[in-house]
Amino acid sequence: MEKSAEREKMNIVIAGHVDHGKSTVVGRLLVDTGSLPQGKLEQVKALCARTSKPFEYAFLIDALKDEQSQGITIDSSRVFFKTTRRDYIIIDAPGHIEFLKNMVTGASRAEAALLVIDAQEGVQENSRRHGYMLSMLGIRQLAVVVNKMDLVAYRKDVFDAITAEYAAFLKNINVAPTGFIPVSGINGDMLSTRTAALAWYAGPTVVETLDAFTKEPAPIDKPFRMPVQDVYKFTNFGDSRRIVAGHVETGRLGVGDEVVFYPSGKRSTVRTIETFNAPQPQGVAAGQAAGFTLSEQLYITRGELAARAGETRPRVTSRLRVSLFWLGREPMVKNKSYFLKLGTVKVPVKLEDVVSCIDASNLNATEARERVERHDVAECVLKASKAFAFDPMDEVAVTSRFVIVDNYEIRGGGIIREALNDQQTWVREKRFVRDAKWEQSGISQEQRAEKYNQKATLLLITGCKDAGKKPLARRLEARLFADGKIVIFLGIANVLYGVDADMPAHADAKSRSEHLRRLAEIAHIMLQVGVILIVTAIELTQDDVQLVKTVVNPDVLQVVWLGESITTDIDCDLHLPNFDDPEACVDQIKALLQEKGIIYKPW
Amino acid sequence: MDHLDHLETISVRILREAYASFKSLCMLWSIGKDSTVMLWLARKAFFGHVPFPLVHIDTHFKIPEMIEYRDRLAAEWKLMMIYGENTEALAQKQTFPDKAVDRLTCCRLLKSEALKATLNGTGPRFRFNHDKKCYEPDPNPEPYTGVIAGVRADEEGSRSKERYFSPRDRENVWDLGDQPPEFWNQFKTDFAPGTHVRIHPLLDWTELNIWEYIKREGIPTVSLYYNQGEGTRYRSLGCYPCTFPIESNARTVDEIIEELRSGALSNIAERSGRAQDKDDGGGLETLRREGYM
Repeated sequence: MEKSAEREKMNIVIAGHVDHGKSTVVGRLLVDTGSLPQGKLEQVKALCARTSKPFEYAFLIDALKDEQSQGITIDSSRVFFKTTRRDYIIIDAPGHIEFLKNMVTGASRAEAALLVIDAQEGVQENSRRHGYMLSMLGIRQLAVVVNKMDLVAYRKDVFDAITAEYAAFLKNINVAPTGFIPVSGINGDMLSTRTAALAWYAGPTVVETLDAFTKEPAPIDKPFRMPVQDVYKFTNFGDSRRIVAGHVETGRLGVGDEVVFYPSGKRSTVRTIETFNAPQPQGVAAGQAAGFTLSEQLYITRGELAARAGETRPRVTSRLRVSLFWLGREPMVKNKSYFLKLGTVKVPVKLEDVVSCIDASNLNATEARERVERHDVAECVLKASKAFAFDPMDEVAVTSRFVIVDNYEIRGGGIIREALNDQQTWVREKRFVRDAKWEQSGISQEQRAEKYNQKATLLLITGCKDAGKKPLARRLEARLFADGKIVIFLGIANVLYGVDADMPAHADAKSRSEHLRRLAEIAHIMLQVGVILIVTAIELTQDDVQLVKTVVNPDVLQVVWLGESITTDIDCDLHLPNFDDPEACVDQIKALLQEKGIIYKPW
Repeated sequence: MDHLDHLETISVRILREAYASFKSLCMLWSIGKDSTVMLWLARKAFFGHVPFPLVHIDTHFKIPEMIEYRDRLAAEWKLMMIYGENTEALAQKQTFPDKAVDRLTCCRLLKSEALKATLNGTGPRFRFNHDKKCYEPDPNPEPYTGVIAGVRADEEGSRSKERYFSPRDRENVWDLGDQPPEFWNQFKTDFAPGTHVRIHPLLDWTELNIWEYIKREGIPTVSLYYNQGEGTRYRSLGCYPCTFPIESNARTVDEIIEELRSGALSNIAERSGRAQDKDDGGGLETLRREGYM
């Protein structure tokens, strides 16, 4: 129990194969560091003697479970002990059913780990599996405890062989252990005291190793990353502030800095940093809960990743190469939709490919597989239903970590190794460069919207050939114009023979995409004026819409399908089955625009 | 950042995740020090506002000062204040003070049952009317799917097994043998229809942290926590027939912090003044499995 606020605390986790002596090591640490209630050890020893059971330190942990109602030394999921250096909390102590699930939970909150290997049994499947998972979970400090040295007569060659084997394994997965320590938990060798039995070992004891672990400083030197948790506008409480809220994962941000939100690419400048019951700060940094207002109002939502202009930008794509571990009872399979959660993003994903599965029993990558089984660690390709922002593992670790949700439960987790190209990558990259170079008009979008009484909008009317798209577009243009709206119909031909004059008009897929990109770029410029722009095109697919959304701001786009049946995979905002009554069709589109707040309803 | 900033940050992140993830969200407010700190943390997270209802289960055996304090803060902080109760058990006097049932059954009826019915909307809810300064029946019977509760892991055994986001089934039952993994600040925010999720922003806080934070932030607390000259104070608040003060001379927040740091209370459980715990075999686990906070 905490006695004073000033003592440093460190969370650690104990991992290792079953029966390699995790509990014994923990029990011994409690005894040797004097962290037990008075008389407890004697009491448990006496109980063992009475019941003719050989005393085991692991019994201490069970016995201490009854202690909770009195002073708190231990509970079933956390063990506390202290050294002169600091207080330690062992999270999710051994002995749980479903150990792996709990180890993952514990390890993700831990700053360091002890991995226990039985000297007699040597490196086992879970020794490797746990080592691999600890490295994936981001444990930077790992010490390997070779336990039960008493059972191998304290032989140095046994210890050396295990050290060599496991060190080679760790090297293979890019983990540099703090050290290997030979111990006997049962006899108390090298836990906190050196003994003659291990005189050949000159390195630090377990306690010395723990005390040499360092607290990891907050990653303020990395690029600024803050997943947007929400944008708060508590107007019903009489508060007009619009606050972008989130937890700063890395880097720092100050008043006056330009922020860029991904995947949208929207930019603005930090006007204020908001707090409650504290003086208003000028900056925030990694590890802080933050909230800031912007100098220009942007429509952004939860799931965007805030970055700072001028720093390395996060990746944006919908295809990822990942390493993941699977905890679900059912295997992870192809052609099934899961949810991926990363930061504040939640997006449907499918397993596209299992590149390799790590066989934990020998750590050889097996040949490609169709599925990821429970407790497997695999390298996979995932395809998300839309692009989102993240970082690759070796750039910003925290924003590379994701979990997979299936049927309401977290079933797996992993790290993104690499951003793979998707169909929009070539357009998206152009767009980010364009936005960074964009010369901002002195008049904001809000000012224009207020002046013209309308929101800039791109209305895409699509459908089969001869469905009446152009006549509908012209009717709509006329009606909106008569209502006093600033509106224009832009025919494809206007672009095809002018801006696209350098390109073949009738085209393969590649030039079709380029035609569409240029059309969208023109739309983007026209939208800056604040107009309602009506464009018609034949049989657009969802990929086409995604491409347009990648070029213009996704929230300015409205899609209408005209015609009986929808012949592509498109998601439209409005479906008009026929053009029999043109005025009724126009009414329906106007209703859509009113409902979305693009034009106002008449009084 | 000191240790209180760090704890505050963890709690704020959890509260914001809860607010973003649950359409029908509420916060349980027992009027005690922990859930009042939690309420304050909500004001931190939402920049002075509390954008979800506060739910108090009123057994009508609470120490009167607690109810005065509740309604004073509800008015001052413009809280969406709701209380629920087990009207039937109260009317039939099925209570321990009425000598009809034992302590544990009384807790089960007036707290666990009342809580279950208030949360799932089958029981009565009373909402504070800020204009009239009184409670009126709440017309909203929508079940709460996210329930924020102020449990701390160090408080007593069963609470240490909790996750930040902890699922409850239709019967409010907690399956603590098979809990979902929780890592990288990704929480269980998905749930099947009919079930709900308990959210625990204070899991990492200790009793001492709570008092240190009350001091730092100047959070108002009920005077029952302080020695008024009798040489006793309440360490944990509940119903007056079952809650007893401890011996203590601490008159102020500073003196309580000093008392806790000195270790004077380290061998006395925080809830030792709560008689129902003892009737539950020294732990709250039975009550908690059934949905007790």
